[in-house]
Amino acid sequence: MATFTSKIATSSESYAANRQDMLALVDQLHGLKDRAKQLSERRRDRFDERGQLTPRERLVRLLDPGMPFLELFGLANYCVDTTDREKSIPGASSLTGIGFINGVRCMICASDSGINAGAMTQKTGEKIRRIQDIALEKKLPFVHLVESAGANLLKYQVESWAHGGGTFQRLAKLSAAGIPTFVVLHGPSTAGGAYMPGMSDYVIGIKGRGRASLGGAALVRAATGEISDDEELAGSEMHATTTGLVEYLAEDDAHGLLIARDIIGRLGWNDKCPRPAIKSFKEPMYNPEEIAGAVPVDYRKPYDVREVVARLVDGSDFEDFKPRYGSTLVCLQAEIYGQACGIVGNNGPIDPDGAAKGGQFFQLCDQADIPLIFLNNITGYMVGKEYEHKGMIKHGSKMIQAVSNVRVPKITLYIGASFGAGNYGMAGLAYEPDFLFAWPNAKTGVMGGEQAALTMDQVARSGAERKGVPVDEDALAAQKKRLIDHFDGQADAFYTSGRLLDQGVIDPRDSRKVIGFALQTCWEARHRTLQPNSFGVGRF
Amino acid sequence: MRKFNSILVANRGEIAVRVMKTAGSLGYRTIAVYSEADAGALHVRTADEAVLIGPAPVQQSYLDGTKILAAAKEAGAEAIHPGYGFLSENAEFARACEDAGIVFIGPTAEAIDLMGNKAAAKRRMIAAEVPCVPGYEDADQSDDVLTEAAKDIGFPIMVKAAAGGGGRGMRLVHKEAQLSAALNSARSEALNAFGSDELILERAIVEPRHVEVQVFADTHGNVIHLGERDCSVQRRHQKVVEEAPCPVMTPELREKMGMAAVEAARSINYRGAGTVEFLLDASGDFYFLEMNTRLQVEHPVTELVTGLDLVSLQIQVAEGMPLGLDQSDIVLAGHAIEVRLYAEDTTQDFLPCTGRIEAWEPAAGDGIRFDSGIDAGQEISPFYDPMIAKVIAYGESREAARHRLIEALKGTVIFGLTTNRGFLIDILAEEKFAKGDATTAFIGELFDAARLAAKSPDTAEMAMAAVLLYQVERDQAKATAVFTSDQLMDWSSGGALLTRYMFASGNAENDVTVSPLRGGSYEVMVDATTLKVEVMGRSENRAQLTVDGKRKRLHYNTPSAGVVELTDDGRTLRFVNSLAFPKSAAVAAGSGHVTAPMHGTLLEVFVKAGDTVKVGTRLAVLEAMKMQHDILAEVAGVVEEVVASAANQVSVGDLLFEIETAEAAE
Repeated sequence: MATFTSKIATSSESYAANRQDMLALVDQLHGLKDRAKQLSERRRDRFDERGQLTPRERLVRLLDPGMPFLELFGLANYCVDTTDREKSIPGASSLTGIGFINGVRCMICASDSGINAGAMTQKTGEKIRRIQDIALEKKLPFVHLVESAGANLLKYQVESWAHGGGTFQRLAKLSAAGIPTFVVLHGPSTAGGAYMPGMSDYVIGIKGRGRASLGGAALVRAATGEISDDEELAGSEMHATTTGLVEYLAEDDAHGLLIARDIIGRLGWNDKCPRPAIKSFKEPMYNPEEIAGAVPVDYRKPYDVREVVARLVDGSDFEDFKPRYGSTLVCLQAEIYGQACGIVGNNGPIDPDGAAKGGQFFQLCDQADIPLIFLNNITGYMVGKEYEHKGMIKHGSKMIQAVSNVRVPKITLYIGASFGAGNYGMAGLAYEPDFLFAWPNAKTGVMGGEQAALTMDQVARSGAERKGVPVDEDALAAQKKRLIDHFDGQADAFYTSGRLLDQGVIDPRDSRKVIGFALQTCWEARHRTLQPNSFGVGRF
Repeated sequence: MRKFNSILVANRGEIAVRVMKTAGSLGYRTIAVYSEADAGALHVRTADEAVLIGPAPVQQSYLDGTKILAAAKEAGAEAIHPGYGFLSENAEFARACEDAGIVFIGPTAEAIDLMGNKAAAKRRMIAAEVPCVPGYEDADQSDDVLTEAAKDIGFPIMVKAAAGGGGRGMRLVHKEAQLSAALNSARSEALNAFGSDELILERAIVEPRHVEVQVFADTHGNVIHLGERDCSVQRRHQKVVEEAPCPVMTPELREKMGMAAVEAARSINYRGAGTVEFLLDASGDFYFLEMNTRLQVEHPVTELVTGLDLVSLQIQVAEGMPLGLDQSDIVLAGHAIEVRLYAEDTTQDFLPCTGRIEAWEPAAGDGIRFDSGIDAGQEISPFYDPMIAKVIAYGESREAARHRLIEALKGTVIFGLTTNRGFLIDILAEEKFAKGDATTAFIGELFDAARLAAKSPDTAEMAMAAVLLYQVERDQAKATAVFTSDQLMDWSSGGALLTRYMFASGNAENDVTVSPLRGGSYEVMVDATTLKVEVMGRSENRAQLTVDGKRKRLHYNTPSAGVVELTDDGRTLRFVNSLAFPKSAAVAAGSGHVTAPMHGTLLEVFVKAGDTVKVGTRLAVLEAMKMQHDILAEVAGVVEEVVASAANQVSVGDLLFEIETAEAAE
């Protein structure tokens, strides 16, 4: 028992300033998400006219009210569609996340058909494949609310098509793994998109709206001259009676979602998973709300990461592992919502002792089957003669090796900097953490922009010195500025999240909830036994 | 008269339970009888023994004296308490008990017979100089003689069934021209209800009070009265509120009325508990109405102001012991008011309601008494009187009793049935009642159809309904989920999710969205109005919420998916989220598909296939629960099919008519 005593005064000026800075970033985050919502909402009249629900209404109607929902890849495609940050629309025209349907934890994807009729963006395919991977790994029934104009032919890219098949391949893998997949066909799903219902285990078709065909009426007429209307060519009613592609015919969106809820409820899915022993726990002594003021948004300003942990863990109570050894790598044993976890944070660059300590801590957690939580605020491993001589590479490698191979769940939060190999040792994207989220102030990359600029500055000065030529200070200054812009423009959390380098940007005040939800999702996956089959379920 | 050790209670429901409570506490072995419909009923569980006497219909069970006597023999019962209703005023049964050597806890068969016939009773009372309403009660029943008699008495006039009670066969006639029709309908109703179409006429006393005197007589010649009860608040001659003492009573008048009642009892050699009913007019004149030769429904108010247990006295008298009380021992203290809580829909012409009691938690408190025979989970079946409970409040003063009764009604949790609770509270809260000025005209004057019509919920109620439904749905999901935490409820990492509900009330649909705010409260949009709702506490059926800072205590119930019921200040509102049902399942208001609203007998069918009907056209009359209910067309159109036929028994939900709506026909 070691309850942490915070040194932060919530009445201090620095607290107020930090909070203001952080909440401004949180507002920016909401602003970006709202952009997609507003754009989609503009089509509300059209949905109303057709007797449809809007995509967001569909999502909520599918979910159990009030049950938690973890949004995934909410900023996908940000700055990918256009480099203009003011105009870019995040979300990749889809709403995705993990939520509950009749008490069943599910992966959900809803086409945001209010935006370009749900046409695929550059990142839509990858986003869906990524959540399918999570669904497979976390054994989550996969529910897709489909209404998509398909690929935008005007923006055709060969890669999208080549990788695109992976979406259907994953549906087959899910089905074979014993994880049921569902499609509610709210609107068209044409050409490749037709395999979305085709490859899903259960299809609910909305009368008069849901359509599936390899070619729409326009394409068919162009190809063969045959004149047909979309309803007889592709309609849900036709599929429910003629092809058998549609299992359940629904009168309207709401009815379709009621059916989806009903059939998921009837899987008895939760009867096939043991329940955790319910443990009592205390909320943190220090309110998680205070995180916004406890942490400076600029990663260059040092602070004790324990101040963050105190606002994440049960009772603000944790045990410090080797606090006097390799002290910049903070390793803590704590609980979140009663679940034991190992927490790793940074109070500075990692030195060889810290790396060795980290490697050992990861292995100990692995031995005891305790999930690991990585709070990244790391500029990297120590450089310099002293550290190289002490075996920085060797010890750093050991840490990276351990983080690569631990068998326990890894949950990574980018809470400040996450640079270079420090990102690797702290379970960055490439180390396949089970869940990976960023705070809006996070910066990631090979190194900070200023660091890169200074490095290149030094390289140029050394070169000039070697060649015995004078340093062109103007050119160097210009290069420095260019480099800082180039690096920092790719480093911020909104940008990297747009490229799916994490699973989303979260409000830092929600961190305890996000981690808790992630831990519970991992626990459930590890305790659930599936009944896999070889080829997935065929629709005969 | 002889001592006995066991008592069979030939009744059901609250009165059976009430009688057994006293009998049990006095050390008697209690025996219940029950029909198949009452197998799990409270009165069966309260008794030491219980005997099944037949199927649900009363004719084959509680009204079948032979079966009850057989049960008494089987169980070795030495005495029978008949309660009220059923066989309590059946002289033949009283005789059969005597013949079988079983003590009938009640008056003699002769007294029952005498008072059972209104005309004979009145003649007897006139002879005993008990003040009677001028009227006609002779054997000549021809229209001419009755019309002449009516003219002699003077209009307005009351036509009554001679064998009647409970308002059946009763007609108020203002003018001579209406008399003939009233005689005809009263005759047929009387014949149908009592097997006799003999009528009597009485002058109608304008806006009288109904004041009745409780009398008690033993077999040693002692006759006393226990004061009066005012039962003026009546609807269609059915008592709704009863109280003791009467608010306008004076000691002098009480003595006069009491003496008249005692005289009435003495003149027929009465035995046991009886009630002499009078009409009391504004000038203080009173007239004999009838005598009930049994324990009354409303006896508890007398018990509360006298401190006596009337059932205990009944048993004492039945065992041949003297009352042990004389008139001077009877001291009235304080005030008691009783209301009859019924399963009935006051917005649908008091249509009796049946169904399962989903929740029942009577309010507790000083001076509060509940006499009920029900339990949560039990059915109010179509076979018996739909009374749920009698709620009685006692106080030092009438005001104290009235306030306590209102609070007890509001504080009682009841779900599963539509009840008259809101109506009862409105009566008790009505100024005229509060002042003690209610006469028998009270309900008719103050509760017209508009006031009784269903009221639409307000925005705050809709907001609370939505939040409670939201939380119940959430908690149901949470209970099913494998692993989650309370702390994660109402949270979405992507920003608040707006849960939408669509509540239909009347012709309007209200769009209600619930969105959780950081900090545990909810922002609720009811159409264009925004409210902030906080749930301060919630248990299975009770909730405390604040709406825009205003605190509310409610009862609530979620009987099925997408449905929530709220009781706000005793008024129960039902909210159905139409979004939780596919459109086709939503029952369109004003359907041409006419079904029986309850179990009963169709007395008459007025339309045939091919008839054109308008909204409100009378299609048939259904008799159920002693009352006749009109079945009206809800839509205009052409009758396509008539499934119903007169004299047929129908069950609730049975298709009676199919009307092709004018719209569909176009």
